[in-house]
Amino acid sequence: MSTYAYYPGCSGLGTSQEYESSTRAVCRALGVKLIDIPDWSCCGSTPAHTVDHLLSSALAARNLALAEDLDAAAVITPCPSCLTNLKVAVHRMSDREFRMQVNKLLDKPVDRSTPVKSVLQVLAEDVGPEAVAEMLPHKPLAGLKLAPYYGCIMNRPPEVMQFDDHENPMAMDNLMAALGAEVLPFPLKVECCGASYGVARKDIVAKLSGKLLQAAEDLGAHAVVTACPLCQMNLDLRQGQASSAMGHKFQLPVFYYTQLIGLALGVPQSELGLSKLCVNPRLALDAMHAAQAEKRELEARKEADKKTPKAKAA
Amino acid sequence: MEVVDIHASCDHEFIAKVEEESEQKVRLCYQCGNCTAGCPYTFVYDIPVSQVMRLVQAGQKERLLSCKSIWLCATCESCTTRCPNEIDVARIMDVLRHMARREGYVAEKNVKMFWDTFLDSVEKHGRVFEMGLLATYVAKTGRFWTDMELGPKILPKGKLSFKPHEIQGKDKVAEIFKRFREMQQ
Repeated sequence: MSTYAYYPGCSGLGTSQEYESSTRAVCRALGVKLIDIPDWSCCGSTPAHTVDHLLSSALAARNLALAEDLDAAAVITPCPSCLTNLKVAVHRMSDREFRMQVNKLLDKPVDRSTPVKSVLQVLAEDVGPEAVAEMLPHKPLAGLKLAPYYGCIMNRPPEVMQFDDHENPMAMDNLMAALGAEVLPFPLKVECCGASYGVARKDIVAKLSGKLLQAAEDLGAHAVVTACPLCQMNLDLRQGQASSAMGHKFQLPVFYYTQLIGLALGVPQSELGLSKLCVNPRLALDAMHAAQAEKRELEARKEADKKTPKAKAA
Repeated sequence: MEVVDIHASCDHEFIAKVEEESEQKVRLCYQCGNCTAGCPYTFVYDIPVSQVMRLVQAGQKERLLSCKSIWLCATCESCTTRCPNEIDVARIMDVLRHMARREGYVAEKNVKMFWDTFLDSVEKHGRVFEMGLLATYVAKTGRFWTDMELGPKILPKGKLSFKPHEIQGKDKVAEIFKRFREMQQ
C-alpha cells in the first residue's frame, strides 16, 4: 500500500475531532499509511473562494507545496471542503499563467502536480470494499439501516473531482454494505445541507437539513452516515433547529462513515469518539443489535424445525 | 413583475468582465432552467440562478451586484454539474460576489461578516480558530442569542478549543494575504 500525504483540515482539530481520530484509526487498521503535511495551514474553505480565486488557490497551494517534500502517492483529506479547494487549485494551476500568479503569493512555490484524493476515495478504490468484507466475514453491521449522505461537493463538479458518480455516488454505500449494513437508496445523497450558513442564516440550514432528515426517516433509516464535517454538524448538532423548522421531532443519529468502519473493526472507543455525537448513537446501535438478535433467533428456530421432523420420523 | 429595458441599461463592459473573470461564455446560456430546477437555495433567493444568468447576458450590473442571491449561493455545484452547455454557473456566482465586494455592495451583511471573520482568523493563526471565530462574529454582529441553545449541546463534548492552534508558518500564511492585497492595488 502506498504512503499518503495527509491533510486533516481545521475542523478535525475541533468540531469534527471524532472524524479525525476515527479516520486515523481506520487507516492504520486497513494498512493505509499517512504522513501529516508538516505545519499545514487552512485551505481557506468557502470564505476564500467567495473573495477571490487566486487567494483561495494560494491558501490551498501552500499545503500542496509542503506535501511535495513527502514524496507521497497523493495528498489525501477527509474533508470535502478542503478536498474541493485543493483539487480546484491543482485543476486551475494546470494553466501556467495561473500557477505563476499563485506562486507569486507563496514562499515555497508549487513545482509538481500532486494528485489529490479524499480518504473515502482511497478506502473505496485502493483498499476496496471486497478487502474490507474479507477482513470481516461475520458482517458486524448487519441489521443497521443506513441513509448514506455524501453532501454536495465530494463528487461535483465531475471534471474536477474525478471520483465516483456525481448524481448517485456509491463509494460509501459499498463500504457500508461490505460491513453488512443495510444501505437504503437515499435519494438526497448529493443535495446540499445548507453548508456554512448555519451561523449567519440558520433558517437556511434548518430547512435544508430538515428535508434530508425527513427523507432519511421516511425511508426507515436507523441513522445517517456521512463523510463531511459540515454536513455532520448541520444534521447532528442542529437537529433540534431542523426539527423546529419541519414541525417534527427528529431523533436520528448521524455517524461519520469512519466511525462505523472503526466500530466494525473493533477500534477502541477513545478513537471512535461516538460519545462526541450530539444525537445519541445508542438509538441506532440498539436497533442494530435487536435486528441481529432477531435474526439469530429466527435461524435457531429454523434449525430446530429442521431437526424436529427428523426426530419425529425417528 | 420587474420590467428591464435591456437596450437602455445594458452594460457591455460588465458582461465582458464577468466572462473574462469567470472564463465562461455567458452567451451560451439558453435559459433551459436546469440550474434553477436543481438549486436548493431558490427559496431564499431574490433572483433565481437562471435569471441571474439572463441578467448577466443583459448587462444588468446594478441589479445583480445588489442582489441577495449571490451571497446565499453555497457553491454546491448543482448548477455547474447539470448545465447542458457546460457553463460553470457556480463560478459565475462566485465572480459576481467578487465584483460586489470590490464595488461595495453587500445584500447579506451577516454572511459577509461571517466569511470575513473566518478569513481574519486564518490570517492571524494560520488555521481557523473556531471558538474565536464564533466569539468575534457574535461580538461584531451583536447577535448574542443566536445559536444559544447549541452551547450546552457542544461544549460538554470538549470539541471546541478555547485556544487557537497556532502554526509555525502563520507568518507565511499572513504573507499570502498581504501579497494578495498588494497585488490588488
